[in-house]
Amino acid sequence: MTEGKKALLVMGCPEVPVQISIVIYLAHKLKKEGWDVTVAGTNAPIKLLKTADPEGYYVQKTADLDWIIQEIVEKKMDFDACFAFMHSDAGMAYGATFSAISKAVHYAVVFGKNAEALGESIDYPTEKIVAKATHNPGPLKSKIDKVII
Amino acid sequence: MSCIEQMKYKLYLERTSFKEAREFIEKNSEEVYYVEPGYRIFKDYYIIGVPPVALGIRGDEILFTYVKPCHGTFVMGVDSSEEIARLRDREEEKIKKTLKDGQKKGSEKGKSEAETKASIISYGDVYKNK
Repeated sequence: MTEGKKALLVMGCPEVPVQISIVIYLAHKLKKEGWDVTVAGTNAPIKLLKTADPEGYYVQKTADLDWIIQEIVEKKMDFDACFAFMHSDAGMAYGATFSAISKAVHYAVVFGKNAEALGESIDYPTEKIVAKATHNPGPLKSKIDKVII
Repeated sequence: MSCIEQMKYKLYLERTSFKEAREFIEKNSEEVYYVEPGYRIFKDYYIIGVPPVALGIRGDEILFTYVKPCHGTFVMGVDSSEEIARLRDREEEKIKKTLKDGQKKGSEKGKSEAETKASIISYGDVYKNK
């Protein structure tokens, strides 16, 4: 019963390679389940995404991170589920912001070499998906598969 | 890019963690106010952060956190009597609302206690009705 439901994937800094790979994987997985998916980020990760998926086969909708925050705060749009990708303290600050401003069910997708410590430091309302993954997307993919069946 | 980067600002901390930035504001401000993430300051900056998000006032300057995904958290200061006044007004409204809600709860409690008292009947009355 996910038809028409809206999901937001929030990308953080793109310096850890697994992020783009897992974002494309999750966007495609949610789309196949009937979700209307939007991927938000700053210029750098959006460029990486569009280069990898030039025809928009996996990701149809992208949005600027600051713009989407503004839209949600001003109640012009909202989502049913929000996946905030993070591997740093700054990414966690963005995740906490989305958790506070949006009514969506919130997931913190935590990866990178400090994933466990970062995951433990998260104390805002969210479901944590944590895997120590930097180059190999496998551990994070299998954690996501357990949450999104 | 937010309007903040085009404003005249002072940089107090850069590329730090959000927690350290918050503690800096708490220790170095004359007044500290806490806002929810998404609170707007200036024209179009919606504050990013882990609650509680601290904003400080020091003289004519407002101190706040600015988060960039690839660079961490910065503590910035901008002179703005307008933003300071808005922040103080917001706090005043918040206190007024808390007091009003407290009074409302107090009167509801008083009312329900009165109802409870009114519904108490004597032990003997129970048997009278039988």
